[in-house]
Amino acid sequence: MMELLGAVSVWIMPLLILVIPVIGFVRKVKVYEAFVEGASEGFHTAVRIMPFLVAMMVAVNVFRISGAMDLFVNSIAPLLNYIGVPPELIPLAIMRPLSGTGALGLTTELLNTYGPDSMTGKIASTVLGSTDTTFYILTVYFGAVGIRNPRYSVIVGLLGDLAGFLLSVFICYYFFYG
Amino acid sequence: MINIVWLVFLVSGICYGGWNGRIEFITQSAISAAEGAVALSFKLIGVMCLWLGILKIAEKAGIVNFFSWLIGPIIRCLFPSVPKNHPAIGAITMTVSANMLGLGNAVTPFGIKAMQELKRLNQDKDTASAAMCTLLALCTTGFTLVPATIIAIRSAAGSTNPAEIVGTTLIVSLLATIIALLADRICQLFSKRPARRRPG
Repeated sequence: MMELLGAVSVWIMPLLILVIPVIGFVRKVKVYEAFVEGASEGFHTAVRIMPFLVAMMVAVNVFRISGAMDLFVNSIAPLLNYIGVPPELIPLAIMRPLSGTGALGLTTELLNTYGPDSMTGKIASTVLGSTDTTFYILTVYFGAVGIRNPRYSVIVGLLGDLAGFLLSVFICYYFFYG
Repeated sequence: MINIVWLVFLVSGICYGGWNGRIEFITQSAISAAEGAVALSFKLIGVMCLWLGILKIAEKAGIVNFFSWLIGPIIRCLFPSVPKNHPAIGAITMTVSANMLGLGNAVTPFGIKAMQELKRLNQDKDTASAAMCTLLALCTTGFTLVPATIIAIRSAAGSTNPAEIVGTTLIVSLLATIIALLADRICQLFSKRPARRRPG
């Protein structure tokens, strides 16, 4: 099982880059020309995201570095603790929607401190795997098309993260203890 | 909404940092984050070019159409405002498929492509349409079949069974996706009225 999953994750990218052009060639697509045509949009899109990304990353970073995030974590800790969330996981809950690399760093730390096969390790892994970095996705996807007002998307995204986090805790407890 | 969230990050960060005696770190972190954002955008250029190129081949070869035919019916239920044969359906399908396969850096270019297609259907150029919000809800919960990164860091940390969390991850991300989509629908219903009241 493990070898299979490992092989899939290693092979899937090169396989796609192999299979798609081959199918294209068989179906008489001018593969090189089509590739270049598609790729030429890449530069423009990436540059367009830049101001959105600067705005969001500066705000998130200031929030993190100043210690305001830790203050926020400490202030909601009793509530989350009360419903059964292990205290060491609470920073991850806040970090997950804000920063992908930050959340990955926190998870690696938790895995090394508590062990990957501990309950904390399993919950942290599930949290990381089941949700995505809401603020990054929001910034990049809407930034690329120049949408400045994301309306209720922020709430929906954060609600998804909260649901993902709480479900990770409870489903892991249910599966790995039950 | 986003304006308030953004302001809260900045105001709480700077005020608390000042009170906490960490004010000199604030300037540093703001500048390094700005530089980091630019570096990240530049990094994205390569990935975007690669996957948008591959996507164009897939489009011309009819592979996108095949995927649309395969899971298009579900996508059309989630995006009722998109016309049946609009290219947005194909782009959304590719985004969801890439997400499910855990294709990491291919998801973003596909998702952006889908957003661009949805934007063509949107009259308002600055404000997100309902379909755009649904796509975002779908992507922020990121339903993945093979969480490759997590398996990798688990085995790096010396786990005896790194893939053990695949089952729980699947259940959680499926449920979280359903919850986000429901929340999206509910928000959509409640936000209809102010949208109509807007002048012009």
